[in-house]
Amino acid sequence: MNLLVQTLVAGLLLGGVYALIAVGLNLIFGVVKIINFAHGELVMIAMYATFWMWTAWSLSPYISIFIITPLMFGFGVLLQRFILQPMQNSSPTIKIFVTLGLSVLLQNLALVLFGGQYRSTTFPWAEQNFSVLGVTATYGRITAFLVAIALVIALFYLMKKTLTGKVLRALAEDRETAGLIGIPVKKYYLVAMGLGTAMAAIAGVLIGPFQSVFPLAGAHFTLLAFVVVVLGGLGNMAGSLIGGLFLGAVETLAGTYIDPALQQVAVFAVFIIVLLVRPQGIFGGSARNAEVGLK
Amino acid sequence: MLQVKNISAYYGDAQALENVSLAVSESGVVALLGPNAAGKSTTLRVISGILPAASGSVTFNGEDITTASPQERVELGLVHVPEGRKLFGTLSVEDNLLLGGYCGRKDRKTGSRLERVYERFPKLKERRNQDAGLLSGGEQQMVAVGRGLMAQPKVLMIDEMSLGLAPLIVKQMFSLVQEIALEGVCVLIVEQHVQNALAVSHHGFIIESGVTRVAGTAQELMESALVRESYLGH
Ligand SMILES: Nc1ncnc2c1ncn2[C@@H]1O[C@H](COP(=O)(O)OP(=O)(O)O)[C@@H](O)[C@H]1O
Ligand SMILES: [Mg+2]
Repeated sequence: MNLLVQTLVAGLLLGGVYALIAVGLNLIFGVVKIINFAHGELVMIAMYATFWMWTAWSLSPYISIFIITPLMFGFGVLLQRFILQPMQNSSPTIKIFVTLGLSVLLQNLALVLFGGQYRSTTFPWAEQNFSVLGVTATYGRITAFLVAIALVIALFYLMKKTLTGKVLRALAEDRETAGLIGIPVKKYYLVAMGLGTAMAAIAGVLIGPFQSVFPLAGAHFTLLAFVVVVLGGLGNMAGSLIGGLFLGAVETLAGTYIDPALQQVAVFAVFIIVLLVRPQGIFGGSARNAEVGLK
Repeated sequence: MLQVKNISAYYGDAQALENVSLAVSESGVVALLGPNAAGKSTTLRVISGILPAASGSVTFNGEDITTASPQERVELGLVHVPEGRKLFGTLSVEDNLLLGGYCGRKDRKTGSRLERVYERFPKLKERRNQDAGLLSGGEQQMVAVGRGLMAQPKVLMIDEMSLGLAPLIVKQMFSLVQEIALEGVCVLIVEQHVQNALAVSHHGFIIESGVTRVAGTAQELMESALVRESYLGH
């Protein structure tokens, strides 16, 4: 029983970070209507940045996060401006090829620059245990969860209450009309891509202290984010939050009770079952799948 | 004020407009008429800049805006209420209206503009927090027009305002259009219901198959043979 609770807690803690990654992907998908297959690589880049800032300059992840996040926001804006925007009106297939190509490019860039070995950001504070009622978790994981969930909630608030959020939601719903009433559509695409990238990056920094990074680390996050988004519904932010927590739990339970090597298989199994049973996502709310070639 | 000269436009390879010209010079209501698929909505799209003109020109207060962005045109006061209302259905009534005021938000008078729209449409105030997609057709049209008014239009183009609305609501909307025009706005209405439209307009244009066929005062149009035969049925 204690093992079950312990595993579940560990899974949910991790799931909070998955939710943050997935919410970023979902924001980019919902607004810019691009399925970003390089989303996991954005997490990977932030993990490397965390590692190097810690190794080279002894900058704690909880400080470097304030440097990495704005830089990655800027990186997302540049990606949108110079890579995604020029092919905004291309066919969905072309868009998929471009982001897939980008993901391969970033993986290989990481391989050339940093080599193939696993790098761990060993930050002692993050590895200390914290226990409540017999359930134990490291500070690193607890912090990651709390920050991630706080950011997901902050994003909900932004989307619901601020003018920027309202514009983004209007764009997600009907970009032509948004343009017609005078909203600078391209500018807000930059904002959406910047925000989505920043969320992936923050997740990367938060995960840094307890997961090692290697050039292909991003692929796992891309897969996770996709499963979460499909589970929670394309364009559905609240669905992403719940889906992220669920997937974190599934992955961790499978690792503990079946076999650590089968974690990915469990994620895939969930993906396939959802696609077979309810392709519109458990919580529904899919936004114009045809536009991105999903129908 | 608004002058459209010999524009043509395409959807991909398909030509939708061949040679459309029209002018809106003074405040008041002007009607753009024509049968289904004549190119009325396409004309408005070219005027508001979401569809490029392949040839011809659009000028606004003497300024050539043929290649200006939709945003620039809204900022100049050229505002388009699209066919089918095109509200953001998952956003509240108030958020839809606020987004209509996006371009003018910097003057910090959005709040008072919103109040004016609510005075004009008290029903919308009651429903301000409801999702726009859940309103009735008439209420949705009010939000659409209200969203347009939030942009402080000098020229307000309303496409098929009365489509699908109950006769009583149609009457209300037409008198509303007259009210807006009395406040000094040029209202360009696109209508299939020729009689209703000409009754409130001082000028009218008829386009058919992407070409302007007739232009004149409402009186002239009512009396012209083409209009009497093809549109008024007598
Ligand atoms: N989005 C579109 N794509 C392709 N053709 C279109 C599109 N919208 C309208 N058309 C075509 O352009 C012509 C003019 O249409 P439209 O301007 O909507 O006419 P109206 O508003 O007068 O009914 C029609 O032949 C119509 O089929
Ligand atoms: Mg039309």
